[in-house]
Amino acid sequence: MTDGFDCYVGAVSAVLTVSRPGVVDVNGLRALRRARDRIDRDYAEQLDIAALAADAGYSLGQFIRAFDAAYGETPGRYRTRRRVERACELLRSVNLTVTEICMLVGFSSLGSFSRRFADIVGRSPSEYRREAARVGGPAPIPGCFALMWRTGLPAPDAAAPDAAAPDAVEPAGSR
Amino acid sequence: MMITGISIVTVWVLDTESAKEFYTKQLGFDLTTDIQLDSGMRWLTVRSPGSPGQEFLLVDPAHSMLEADTAVQVRALVAKGALSPGVLATTDCRADYDSLVERGVEFIQPPADRPYGIEAILRDDSGNWFSFTQRRAAESG
Repeated sequence: MTDGFDCYVGAVSAVLTVSRPGVVDVNGLRALRRARDRIDRDYAEQLDIAALAADAGYSLGQFIRAFDAAYGETPGRYRTRRRVERACELLRSVNLTVTEICMLVGFSSLGSFSRRFADIVGRSPSEYRREAARVGGPAPIPGCFALMWRTGLPAPDAAAPDAAAPDAVEPAGSR
Repeated sequence: MMITGISIVTVWVLDTESAKEFYTKQLGFDLTTDIQLDSGMRWLTVRSPGSPGQEFLLVDPAHSMLEADTAVQVRALVAKGALSPGVLATTDCRADYDSLVERGVEFIQPPADRPYGIEAILRDDSGNWFSFTQRRAAESG
């Protein structure tokens, strides 16, 4: 071990006030995170919310409330946004019909897909595709951030002001 | 002035013992330091065999320089999967993905072609996510 290392550890120790272990329900949050990861990964499957709740060790009502408290939206809404976000990428990048893409990302009816898509993106899947083709080129934001940044979609309405507000970072565990 | 790089990256973890297992056994990192400091903090560092000048400091917020309320908040953020220490580099994303999955590493996205390379996304045992990326040759370096 070098002197430099000792110096650094010494400096850190000097400002250390060791804190007590937290009271946040870490296991509950981990279970919610696993459920959300499953939505991210298996969005194209049936993904019954009640089954996700049971796997996470919650009743359905508790699960929906806890998920909403942690992530700011219900698991059903998150699943829809994930599917729509995947549909956007497919609409931009692959040569499949809108109906095929609708089925591929886990919707069972074109009607509900088009409605949900328009709710979230603000235009129809076909319009979205036409516009993407007109603009052209790869998305400027790396895919990982598109995926992890709350599925990369500009959340409608109040999302932007919320993100700028200083109290928007209040963690779920404190509620 | 010449900043030559980053030598220690702090990774907040929920359980240092479990993190030590995960980073050494599952990710294949080398253990570089494991010292219990008088202050209550454990100085636990690991590094990838591929980058000798760079260590990850695995710290439990509850035993760190953070005060108690902040530590609780950081632990919550880690547990709910909100934090990412950064991008892990690989020279063969698909092959390494296969071996890491075999060792039980949890991926939330399998390797996919991106404009900048081939990328998968993994989680550590605490909930931190890492991009796991093989950069395109033209952009590496």
